[in-house]
Amino acid sequence: MKGLRALLVRDMRIAVRIGGGALMGVLFFLAVVTLTPFAVGPDLALLRRIGPAILWLGALLASLLALDRLFAADHEDGSLDLILMGAAPLELTVATKGLAHWLTTGLPLVVAVPVLGLLLDIEPNAIGVVALTLLVGTPALTFIGLIGAALAVALRRGGLLLPVLVLPLTVPVLIFGVSAADAAIIGPVPFGTPFTILCALTLMSLVVGPFAAAATLRHGLD
Amino acid sequence: MIVSPQHGVLNDAVRRRADPAGRGRGGPLLMRLAGHDLACIRGGRQVFAGVNFAVGSGEALAVTGRNGAGKTTLLRLIAGLLEPSSGRIELTGGLADISVGEQAHYLGHREALKPALSVRENLDFWYAFLGGRDASLASALDAVGLEGLAALPAAYLSAGQRRRLALARLLAAPRPIWLLDEPTAALDTAGQQRLAELMRAHLAGGGIIVAATHAPLGFEAKELSLGAQDRSQAMGASSLLGGDGRGDARPQAHAQIASPAADREKTR
Repeated sequence: MKGLRALLVRDMRIAVRIGGGALMGVLFFLAVVTLTPFAVGPDLALLRRIGPAILWLGALLASLLALDRLFAADHEDGSLDLILMGAAPLELTVATKGLAHWLTTGLPLVVAVPVLGLLLDIEPNAIGVVALTLLVGTPALTFIGLIGAALAVALRRGGLLLPVLVLPLTVPVLIFGVSAADAAIIGPVPFGTPFTILCALTLMSLVVGPFAAAATLRHGLD
Repeated sequence: MIVSPQHGVLNDAVRRRADPAGRGRGGPLLMRLAGHDLACIRGGRQVFAGVNFAVGSGEALAVTGRNGAGKTTLLRLIAGLLEPSSGRIELTGGLADISVGEQAHYLGHREALKPALSVRENLDFWYAFLGGRDASLASALDAVGLEGLAALPAAYLSAGQRRRLALARLLAAPRPIWLLDEPTAALDTAGQQRLAELMRAHLAGGGIIVAATHAPLGFEAKELSLGAQDRSQAMGASSLLGGDGRGDARPQAHAQIASPAADREKTR
């Protein structure tokens, strides 16, 4: 446990230092959301309607940005060998790295939503709902992404493959994340229905992601 | 608590199990690491086959051989990072319930350092992750001669200093088996001497060292020469053409080990 805590602290430290991936995701998110009104035009009604979808799309793409480096960086400098030899079960180690990645790239996206929601003319209470769906949904994106990140190590030059492999798996999360936000803002579906499914998807990915990623790392190493 | 036993007390734990009554405490551990008929295929190529070795507490094994003979592969097999295509690796006298890899340090070509973290933070992490003991951390940097650089980001270290920091990891978290891949690479003369001292101290404490090396280790060590026959074939290619009676021209990795008594033993 002490070892896993050390790994969590190390990964978060690296992410927030210069050259780390923590700020990159938020900046990308900011760019996507700020540029949307320019592309769509000054139609406030339209922006309000597509706002949650834009926020979700931006968050989805931003959370994939630094993902391919998650294990690849450790593989290149030899750390991954030692991590694999470590005492903790690999599934837990992988989950710890996923948690560190979400805390440094996923959570800042959720924090940025209230600011960006203003640009899309989303009402304050609706911003809260979108932030809540992202808070619940972004861990699913990160933990599904773990599988792709592990494949990026196993396949070598898998960085390009990562979005292709991971994006289809994230489609259900996107659908239910956006529909939960829409349900709360425009109805008529009760908010609870899609939101519960979103929670279920997240819980499922928290289990499946680390096991699949650990299996990939075990078989992919040479 | 899902994590397996505290590694900081690994040496003690091994000692207690090997010698429950506590007799001879501090004496050499009775561990023995052996490989039986090991073979490894990587990328469809047979790296080596039929490799046997055995090394006990307080002994060092120098793995030699030409480039590509499989020295690193053998170390990675022992560490559990690769699976042998046949044969097995056996550790007797160690902890039965954890793998050889968890009782071993692996020092590879790459030093496992994060450039964004300071020297101290890098060491702190491996200390905590590998389960070091409290007293060892402060002295580990001193022992490798990096005491003045604790706050420097690892990105600014030279190749030799990176090597020294990687060595500090072995001291911070004591483990009985050291698997060293070209440990002297990039070290200066003083660094090599210090490394030899550290290795001697590790052996004196009952540790086991398996080192892939080209340079002499600086103390008595068994030698395992990988691909010896292969090399002689390559060098003797002309004589082979001249018909020296050796019919099998297929490269075949072959290893043999000298016993301590055998005259093949060298002082390395």
